[in-house]
Amino acid sequence: MNPFSYTRPEAVADALNDIGQQPNAKFIGGGTNLIDLMKVNVEHPTHLVDVNHLPLGDITELPDGGLRLGASVTNADTAWHPLVEERYPLLSKTILAGASPQLRNMATNGGNLFQRTRCYYFYDAQMSCNKRQPGSGCPAINGYNRIHAIVGMDKAECQNPNSKTACIATHPSDMCVALAALEAVVRVTGPNGDRSIPMADFHRLPDTDPQRDNTLEPGELVTSIDLPAKGFPKHFTYVKLRDRSSYAFALVSVAVGLEMDDNGTITEARIAMGGVAHKPWRKSEAEQLLIGKPATDETFRAAAESLLDGAVGFGHNTFKIELGKRAIVRALQEAIS
Amino acid sequence: MIGQPISRVDGPAKVTGKAKFAAEFNVPNLTYGVVVTSAIAKGRIVGIDDREALAQPGVRMVMTHKNRPKLARLDLNYKDQDAPAGSPFRPLQDDKIFYSTQPIALVVADTFEMARYAATLVKVAYHEEAHETDLQANLSEAHNPAAGPVNLFKPLPPKPRGNAQQAYMEADKRVSGEFVHQAEHHNPMEMFATTAVYEAPKRGEKPRLTIYDKTQGAPNSQLVVANGLNLPFKNVRVISPFIGGAFGSGLRPQYQLLLASMAALELKQSVRVSLTRDQMFTMGFRPATVQKIALGAQADGTLSSVYHQAIAETSHREDYTETVVNWSGELYKCDNVALDYQLVSLDVYSPQDMRAPGGVTGVSVLEVAMDEMAYEVGMDPLEFRIKNFTSWDQTHDRPYSSKEILACYREGAERFGWARRTPEPRSMRDGNVLVGWGMASGVWMADQIPARAEAVLGVNGKLRVSSATADIGTGTYTIMTQIAAETLGLPIDDVLFRLGDTDMPLAPIQGGSWTAATVGNAVRVVCEDLGKKLLKLAAQMPDSPFKKAKSTDVQFVDSHMRLVGDPSVAISLRDIVALNGGKAVRETSTSIPNMLKQSRYTRYTHSAIFAEVRVDPDLNVVTVSRLVGAVAAGRIINPKTARSQIIGGMVWGLSKALHEESVRDNNVGRFMNHNYAEYHIPVCKDTPDMDVIFVEEHDDVVNPMGIKGLGEIGQVGTPAAIANAIFHATGKRVHDLPITLDKLL
Repeated sequence: MNPFSYTRPEAVADALNDIGQQPNAKFIGGGTNLIDLMKVNVEHPTHLVDVNHLPLGDITELPDGGLRLGASVTNADTAWHPLVEERYPLLSKTILAGASPQLRNMATNGGNLFQRTRCYYFYDAQMSCNKRQPGSGCPAINGYNRIHAIVGMDKAECQNPNSKTACIATHPSDMCVALAALEAVVRVTGPNGDRSIPMADFHRLPDTDPQRDNTLEPGELVTSIDLPAKGFPKHFTYVKLRDRSSYAFALVSVAVGLEMDDNGTITEARIAMGGVAHKPWRKSEAEQLLIGKPATDETFRAAAESLLDGAVGFGHNTFKIELGKRAIVRALQEAIS
Repeated sequence: MIGQPISRVDGPAKVTGKAKFAAEFNVPNLTYGVVVTSAIAKGRIVGIDDREALAQPGVRMVMTHKNRPKLARLDLNYKDQDAPAGSPFRPLQDDKIFYSTQPIALVVADTFEMARYAATLVKVAYHEEAHETDLQANLSEAHNPAAGPVNLFKPLPPKPRGNAQQAYMEADKRVSGEFVHQAEHHNPMEMFATTAVYEAPKRGEKPRLTIYDKTQGAPNSQLVVANGLNLPFKNVRVISPFIGGAFGSGLRPQYQLLLASMAALELKQSVRVSLTRDQMFTMGFRPATVQKIALGAQADGTLSSVYHQAIAETSHREDYTETVVNWSGELYKCDNVALDYQLVSLDVYSPQDMRAPGGVTGVSVLEVAMDEMAYEVGMDPLEFRIKNFTSWDQTHDRPYSSKEILACYREGAERFGWARRTPEPRSMRDGNVLVGWGMASGVWMADQIPARAEAVLGVNGKLRVSSATADIGTGTYTIMTQIAAETLGLPIDDVLFRLGDTDMPLAPIQGGSWTAATVGNAVRVVCEDLGKKLLKLAAQMPDSPFKKAKSTDVQFVDSHMRLVGDPSVAISLRDIVALNGGKAVRETSTSIPNMLKQSRYTRYTHSAIFAEVRVDPDLNVVTVSRLVGAVAAGRIINPKTARSQIIGGMVWGLSKALHEESVRDNNVGRFMNHNYAEYHIPVCKDTPDMDVIFVEEHDDVVNPMGIKGLGEIGQVGTPAAIANAIFHATGKRVHDLPITLDKLL
């Protein structure tokens, strides 16, 4: 871990000023991932701007019936907030499926968006990694890739053993999978003013620059995550499959929100997956296959085939293709019951 | 006192933070060392650029193979009590890289934080050579292991008996299979650390080191430091009062011990080196194995042929061996047995004993094959085992000193409800969920070896007993206190047991499940000898009623010595000490096993484990919902700590069955899941209700107190019991551990 300086501003403007002073400064929320990465010599910020004392620590109702989750509210306080439990039980359930109580007590909503991949090679500073050290190669593709992606990567690059851009890392967050299903909006402020980024556009696929996890511009700060009014409180679930029953990242996970009419026909559907791609994985075609259909296993399997259409495995993770489809079917079965 | 469920005597110190571990002993002017490890798996270091590291404020030294202090050259100087045949690794020996993550430099600074940062600035250039770390790809390179002194306790396979091959061909029923087990790392909660306190030499003498080390035997650490660094033994004192788990990883001194000691000598200053969690994967581990087994049986369920072969990995430096296959020729009656054990040398660190080394590896395979054979012959798996029970060890042609495994089967099955099991796979369900019941036998050694102890009765009537053993969390402090208290008739609170210091009488490393028997008998003997001294003192009183009493004529009860014939004739221990001219009464004794008597018997601990699993039929998520362990382990000193030992073993067995695996990337020759997030062990939610039964077993051969150790036996049978339960639930046999959900898809 390198030496670094630290400030704890109380106004957003001061935070933006602090971050702009040094080229290698970073915001720190709960620090549950950043500090680990500094300890293992992967992240080297020279300055940390603590955002926990900014006025971003509230959960408030929005005029359109939605809910604003302050960036520095902890994951635990969000999951147990009465309005979140009542209107967005999918989000509560998903947050509580992640990490451990201790980590959720520290981790913030803003920080959760910036969790970095758990790829073994990314985490080991002595190994090559196109994400950590652009252009150095990806040993995961022909190495140990149990927790790696099956969709969303550049397949041609991944077949090139000397590729300088290939990356099969996954985004590790549980919370972000629910946020994707709920079509949350990330509000940011920065040197060029405020903007809103739909969840679908916040994280990105590796493309030719896998070192970039998201579309945030330098110096920008997340201020809140806004949830639209529609929360799917009646028909929802989060299915998380992992190598032990707690404190493990998802091999595959599925967040589902459904609306159904009185005849049991699906009128609206959201399906987002974790553990399979560089970002929470959604496809509107897959969701459309459910609309107006009876809630049967055949319908569910068709949606699953569609969502994971074109998935490829790299050996250790090939099982995720079939397991992922079964998890989707299970999640849809749970959501309708 | 013996047999009572006394709470841990060291518990309050541990939960209040008063118990100090190796990295917690602070001394003035302490400096901090951080280890730099190799990025490649094989080759040579061609250059180390330490300029930027040395330029940091407070950095004292970057110690490498070029500037380290002089080390002894002979392998003999690095042979610890658990060293296998070969050349032990020593850090910074020369420029050669033997394995990925090998320690290659130590950066020492005034603060830990600066040392850690400076360590990231050391640039190393390598000449890389091709490496081999893949056991399965190199099975053709297997060789017969070289034997060493440690094989006295870890025997290699015996000669074949009968004709296993012919009997297999002639058998009515046959099963065979190949099993692959992955490597595992011990990963105790406390990471390895050494605080080496430097004391400048007096004129004409050598410096002294007081070393606080994480070790399963302080004398073992002293041995390697004194020999390796050419210091007189009296100049090296090793202290290790508490250990935050070890599971065998502390049976050999780890490299931070020599690094800290070398740096302290070089800097003439005290140095602490503590390893990181990642670096806990840079040392010994349970070796991966590829095993083949073939069983033959008659139609009536009589076992007629056993063939069991294990090929394990080792390093190029040492032939690390463990007893993997021998159990298959001993546990059941069988006249035709062939066993084979070989090693493949790879570019890895030497493997090392890890809880139930070899036993859990080999028995997991035997007991799955036994389950398969039970189905072949159409018998209940438990009945099949009972049918092939033997009280005669055919390998050594001698009886067992005790083997109450039939009681384990009976009492375990009753507690579990085994009689309600329907044999057909996939026949038991709870709603949609598949339920499976499986069982397995377990076996482990019950050794006793020589040890020394000291007992001191103070003028306040309180007893201090000490021995240079260790307590890795097993309860040694507690049961030794109980044994001493019982022997001299004192309340627990009047007895203080101390351990983990080379100034104390010698005891062996704490491993092999032998400490309770070994040190327990030493404590018993020294307390009895002290009792004789007390009698002598009491007899010297004027008009003493004990004048003619022999040691068998007195008993020690309620802090008094009493005549057996007339317990009202008594003197308090405090009053006896007062007769010693105001000085404490001391005794040091050695307990030596009765080898002649012991050699006529095979001395083992046995168990039966019963497991219930629940399996999601679509997603293959496996949950272990119940475990019952019935154990035959002689005399139980403390049912509370004993139960904890067995539960801990069963949890680890569950871990081996379902979770645990150090995953190697053979392209880079490195274990890749080197942290607690990705190296999975069970969390509380994965561990079921566990029931432990200790069956009645009396054994006066194993040692005078009839104690058999409990450290490993809980683990041995558990993985097979779970694997068999998974078969019963799903109809699928998975031979490779751990059984992760993808293997059931």
